[in-house]
Amino acid sequence: MPKKNSMPVTERGVQEGVHSGEEFLAAERCRVIHRIMVRSRVMEERMIKMSKSGEGFFWIGGPGEEAFNACLGLQVKKGQGPAFDYLHLHYRNSATMVAMGMDLLDGIRQMGMTFSDPFSVGRNFPSHFSRKAWNVVPVSSVIEVQFAMAPGTALMQKRHGDGVTIVIGGDAGTAEGDFTSCLLWSSRPGNELPVLAITMNNRWGISTSHASQHSCEHSIERGKAFGILGEVVDGNDPVASWYAIERALRYCRSTRQPFMLEAMVARLYGHSSSSGAPHSGESDCITAFEERMLAANVIDQVTIDHIHEEAHAEADAAVEQAMKEPKPRPEDVERFTYAPSPVDPVYPEDFTGLP
Amino acid sequence: MATMVQAIRMALRYGEEQLGVTDIFGEDVGPPLGGVFTATQGLKTAWNSPLDERGIVGTAMGIAYGGGRPVCEIQFCDYGFNVIDLLKVAGNQRWAGAGEWDLPMVLMTPSGSGIRGSLYHSHSFESWASRLAGWKIVMPSTPLDAYGLMLSAIIDPNPVMVLLPKALLRVRGDKLIPGEPEDQDRLKQMIDAPVGDRSRWQPKWPALEEYTIPLGTAALVREGDNATVVSYGRTLPLCVQAADQLRQETGFTCDVLDLRSIFPYDWKAISASVAKTGRVLIVNEDTEVTNFGEHLLRRVIDAHFYDLLVRPRVLSGKHVPGIGLNQVYEQNTVPQLPQVKSALEKLARDPA
Repeated sequence: MPKKNSMPVTERGVQEGVHSGEEFLAAERCRVIHRIMVRSRVMEERMIKMSKSGEGFFWIGGPGEEAFNACLGLQVKKGQGPAFDYLHLHYRNSATMVAMGMDLLDGIRQMGMTFSDPFSVGRNFPSHFSRKAWNVVPVSSVIEVQFAMAPGTALMQKRHGDGVTIVIGGDAGTAEGDFTSCLLWSSRPGNELPVLAITMNNRWGISTSHASQHSCEHSIERGKAFGILGEVVDGNDPVASWYAIERALRYCRSTRQPFMLEAMVARLYGHSSSSGAPHSGESDCITAFEERMLAANVIDQVTIDHIHEEAHAEADAAVEQAMKEPKPRPEDVERFTYAPSPVDPVYPEDFTGLP
Repeated sequence: MATMVQAIRMALRYGEEQLGVTDIFGEDVGPPLGGVFTATQGLKTAWNSPLDERGIVGTAMGIAYGGGRPVCEIQFCDYGFNVIDLLKVAGNQRWAGAGEWDLPMVLMTPSGSGIRGSLYHSHSFESWASRLAGWKIVMPSTPLDAYGLMLSAIIDPNPVMVLLPKALLRVRGDKLIPGEPEDQDRLKQMIDAPVGDRSRWQPKWPALEEYTIPLGTAALVREGDNATVVSYGRTLPLCVQAADQLRQETGFTCDVLDLRSIFPYDWKAISASVAKTGRVLIVNEDTEVTNFGEHLLRRVIDAHFYDLLVRPRVLSGKHVPGIGLNQVYEQNTVPQLPQVKSALEKLARDPA
């Protein structure tokens, strides 16, 4: 078990910063995380607006998960191939992608269903990311299937360096057998895998409460049956999240063993636009972090306001740009089905309709 | 001559030696058993997995994402129904991901009846599989085709499902696999694990050669003028027998097409034959409602309505929940030689 006091969890020697218990995050890192959180939130709120204005249809995303997700994205070993971390994300990981360097425009393009949407050329719901250069495999709306795939990338990583497979889902999704499959396959005796299995626990599955369906409070308790260690963290707290992620990644990277993290988070705009995306009234991780940053004198209100204004301008410009970009054409329906094949004379390049 | 299961084993050996196969895995796939049909005996990359079909398919996807070339097995296709959404996801990853992610994985699974397998070792899967857009689906009926199709499945950078007709796995072919010794006893000594303690056994592989069958190409295994029969897998040799008997007894001659690829299927071959004969019978053993043969029938009607001399037809399995153990059930559920021959003769004799 990675112990908090066994690791250099603080950035001592730095004058300014935000504390969380014994843990401490330096001011500059706080400011970086905060800006990612704000930009992600503003992008998603702009998407919700698009879902209501007709510039897009369905919205789903991660307002309320930004604190944890931003800290995760900043600590990923980013790159392509098994020497780097793989990400099997769920559809609430916008802030992770923004932290890794995603332009807001790309998120908006997917919401706007443009052909320039780099993740799915206008085919998939928003927040269904895919980016091979960063080992982000396509996000599926089908809950928890990513947990069945994670052991495979981890198996390849165990043969190539110190990459970790990071797989994320919601608490309700842990009811699916794929969650258990992941724990089982990641902990086969003698064949343990570097899988970091993360549950984002917002206590809801659409309209069904966690408490009404799950007898164990935390999904990490189920890791005990497989000998997998785990930790619960306040996912609304960037400081606690930063160090929980650091500990977990370090453990997987160095031991090549699986680990579980459960982040307690809010679901600020409900499940999706299908529930109208009203504000839930839960604690807002951005507001809370800003209050702590102000109290610690690592930021001032003028700067906070400026960051928000800048993010709104960026998101508005992204929508304006995306709306000008080409939409898919009828002839694009079949594109990208098949990879070119040297042994398929019917579809040597791609699918082109019935044989 | 090699059996189909030996052919598959040799293809996988060639795959791991020459084509970059990194992992061959599934339930009982690794030592000591090497597969319940022995298709994976002696392979250096074969390993046993948990008894978890969703984990098998998901892990194969992950291995492919991670740069590997997996061949996974679902022990019987009957156990694959709880994986249907993962198979759908595997088929859509490239399409959904703007063409960025190739998924070079092979899923092999024994399919169909013929081993007295009762309810859950007798299912057919090709009609279900044909609905999985993004996949390619093959089903050999001879050992040499099994070898060539498996190598193509491995080489193709897309998800490919290799359906193995259970009833034909122990049947020997009539053509040598490139590199296969001519003496079948010699081959058995080289690559079949002994019964009993196998802990010290090592296979001696023949010098195998590359031999691929292009996906989407049928084989015209009998040529004739009076009718066209399209089949694959277990029912293909029945169609050949029926056509041969009919030729001897009546003089009717038939084109018999071994489809080999369910998707993509060889429409050119089907179309050319139907245009020639004007009569077509499609034979398989999957259940008859929403049967893959019905799709072929629709294509035939759409393209050849005015070429057809008589109504086209499909002979398939009955729409029942399973195949019963007592052979009365099996013999009367899926097509057998008498039914195939009768259907073919009626087709040939039907007045135009």
